[in-house]
Amino acid sequence: MSTQVATHDHDDHGPEKGIKRWIFATNHKDIGTMYLLFSLAMFMIGGFMAMIIRAELFQPGLQFIDPGFYNSMVTMHALIMVFGAVMPATVGLANWMIPMMIGAPDMALPRMNNWSFWLLPVAFTILISTLFMPGGAPAAGWTMYPPIVLQTGPAFPFMVLAVHVMGVSSIMGSINIIVTVLNMRTPGMTMLKMPLFVWTWLITAYLLILAIPVLAGAVTMLLTDHYAATSFFNAAGGGDPVMFQHIFWFFGHPEVYIMILPAFGIVSEIIPTFARKKLFGYSSMVYATASIAFLSFIVWAHHMFTVGMPLAGELFFMFSTMMIAVPTGVKVFNWVATMWKGSMTFETPMLFALAFVFLFTIGGFSGLMLAITPVDFQYHDTYFVVAHFHYVLVPGAVFAIMAGVYYWLPKWTGHKLNETTGKWHFWVATISINVTFFPQHFLGLAGMPRRIPDYATQFTDFNVMSSIGAFVFGLSNLMFIYNIWANARGGEKATDRVWDGAHGLEWTLSSPAPYHSFETPPDMVDDETEWESSRFAESS
Amino acid sequence: MLNKILRPGVAVWIGSLLALIAPAALADWELNMPRGVTAITNEVYDLHMLIFWICVVIGVIVFGAMFYSIFFHRRSNHPTPAKFSHSTAAEIIWTTIPILILVAMAFPAAKTLVAIEDSGSPDMTVKVTASQWKWHYEYLEEGVNFFSTLAAKSNEARQLGSGIDPATVENYLLDVDNPLVVPVNTKVRILLTANDVIHAWWVPELSGKRDAIPGFVNQLWFKAEKVGTYRGQCAELCGYDHGFMPIVVEVKDEADYLAWLGERGVENPAQFAQQLKESKSDVTPVAVEAAAR
Repeated sequence: MSTQVATHDHDDHGPEKGIKRWIFATNHKDIGTMYLLFSLAMFMIGGFMAMIIRAELFQPGLQFIDPGFYNSMVTMHALIMVFGAVMPATVGLANWMIPMMIGAPDMALPRMNNWSFWLLPVAFTILISTLFMPGGAPAAGWTMYPPIVLQTGPAFPFMVLAVHVMGVSSIMGSINIIVTVLNMRTPGMTMLKMPLFVWTWLITAYLLILAIPVLAGAVTMLLTDHYAATSFFNAAGGGDPVMFQHIFWFFGHPEVYIMILPAFGIVSEIIPTFARKKLFGYSSMVYATASIAFLSFIVWAHHMFTVGMPLAGELFFMFSTMMIAVPTGVKVFNWVATMWKGSMTFETPMLFALAFVFLFTIGGFSGLMLAITPVDFQYHDTYFVVAHFHYVLVPGAVFAIMAGVYYWLPKWTGHKLNETTGKWHFWVATISINVTFFPQHFLGLAGMPRRIPDYATQFTDFNVMSSIGAFVFGLSNLMFIYNIWANARGGEKATDRVWDGAHGLEWTLSSPAPYHSFETPPDMVDDETEWESSRFAESS
Repeated sequence: MLNKILRPGVAVWIGSLLALIAPAALADWELNMPRGVTAITNEVYDLHMLIFWICVVIGVIVFGAMFYSIFFHRRSNHPTPAKFSHSTAAEIIWTTIPILILVAMAFPAAKTLVAIEDSGSPDMTVKVTASQWKWHYEYLEEGVNFFSTLAAKSNEARQLGSGIDPATVENYLLDVDNPLVVPVNTKVRILLTANDVIHAWWVPELSGKRDAIPGFVNQLWFKAEKVGTYRGQCAELCGYDHGFMPIVVEVKDEADYLAWLGERGVENPAQFAQQLKESKSDVTPVAVEAAAR
């Protein structure tokens, strides 16, 4: 797709030729493309690890791998998917779309943008290289709880270094997004006229800046506990292993929203386009996002109810967690109200966005169930939790990212989307993902703990189903790659508007978009008047 | 339009339904949480079902509205979109109603939580020390102690490439050499700690799980109301053989329990019968409540 951008370059100082264009990239589109391709590569690697996990769990008994390698797969799958696939994908979309949505020529800090991208391949080369180290890759879970994580072999300092480098990359990316959004909006675009994707990313960027340093502190304390004889998390030296969990989840819960808030933004762009109706309750969407962000910092201990907290603590974290259902509910209700009395069509991006609303909400329901502390004592660390977070992350965050890619791809490449192959991908992915993760609810309720390589025979049937679903879903991603590749290569020429219901500044640019998005600040299209002077009434 | 959406959809649906029907014919599927055999696990089960049905009702309403809209507000049915984009009344309603539901839910949840955390006045206490990858049980007053590890048959079958079909092993991965034995209708307090890394002790039919943390002592309690054998597993990733440290608790009536103490080398087990009776006459509020059910 990027070569297409280059050939449609309208600028005198176009990109460098060849590899230098990418190594020294400062253009937001080039960097966005690299983020997205990197994320796709990590998604396939992390997904391959999931296939290994599901192959081992296909039948009871150990068939392929030993328990140590199984634990490594569980750990690496999570680290790669969270930090390598989902987060860079949303940063890639932000890089591509935020300047185009706010009427800016580029990101505010292009050289830092280059650096924040190029740190990622460094971090993941380090992380993935641990697979080949003596003693194997980290196997203590992505949560890195001590003392178990301190039993990691030579891979341990490399894991910590990789987490640090990812963190630096995320923080720089966030600073860039905040500066861009606050300073480079076209005149007339007040904060409350920004597209919702820009809003959710602005809030996400603040979450990242607040949360990532906490993670950095936690892993640094692990490092000194391991090598410098400190005892932050060692009870024998006066420390407390549970303190790590508090610090980790103080980062970890905002991290959950770091992955899902941009997804909310993408879906809030897509649904109005294909419902041909303005987003319902724009300002309550913004306030709900901000409330979710705030609440995400005061609920962390619900990830660790079983460590034995004081009753008052358990009650507080139960009530605060239940509160998150309110703003999240507002978002879902607003999406449904946007569809209500719209004039909907169901192109591929819309299908993914609708599946997001439906399946993310199912993940939200199981989240509400998990919030109830006394019942969480049963759910905790079982496949019920695995089902819950995969529902919010895969048909949640990942589907929203796929929806966003399909939605903006014609703007990037200049070619119309092939709806037939897009819909095949959608249906295969949606059905297989439910076959994969829905039975895991039952497994968890029936008592199957997570992170085990082998299981009692009464869990066999649902594991067989789950594995079959996972293999199909894994293969369905080849359709996603094919669709992107085919669209980048050629196809029917897309109009500037691409989707007849599309609205916002990015659709006023040519398709594919020029190398420097807006060289002069565009006139702010007033969203209100744009929707009022409806283009759709005529079609009836 | 409808045709266009459904064509790939129908093919995939039929394929996946066929894939699902095959195992369905054989299956004896456990879909839900066990009720368990204590007053608390029953309360927890009821809370689980309550929050589940709340979610189902909300789901039916929200998804009902969504699918109604998808079918009736598609362009072919509804070519001119409405113009509204906010409604303060609607937004107040759908903020307030969830808050009310949550407040209503919070009361029973808090009540059960308080009951769970009341581990005072136990009739007997067992100290459980976890290590990689076994449990050590220590009856503090009776002076009995032993290790409990994965049963030999399971252990043989679970080796990589053992060639033994797990289906031929009774209670595969959920069987131990030395189970924990406790008397029925007795409030048993479990004190939990660990030697090396964090583990978690969990027998779903007796109680929720609780972490065993090196350097700290945690506690949980249960009062089993039915004689039987209850099985569980370590529930916190604890290293290489985390999947292979099951827990088995045998709940026996008092006579059998005392006989078991005798087998374990306790002289004059009858003294503990007396002690258990005295302890039980000192009734705690939770015990009264449990007895009333």
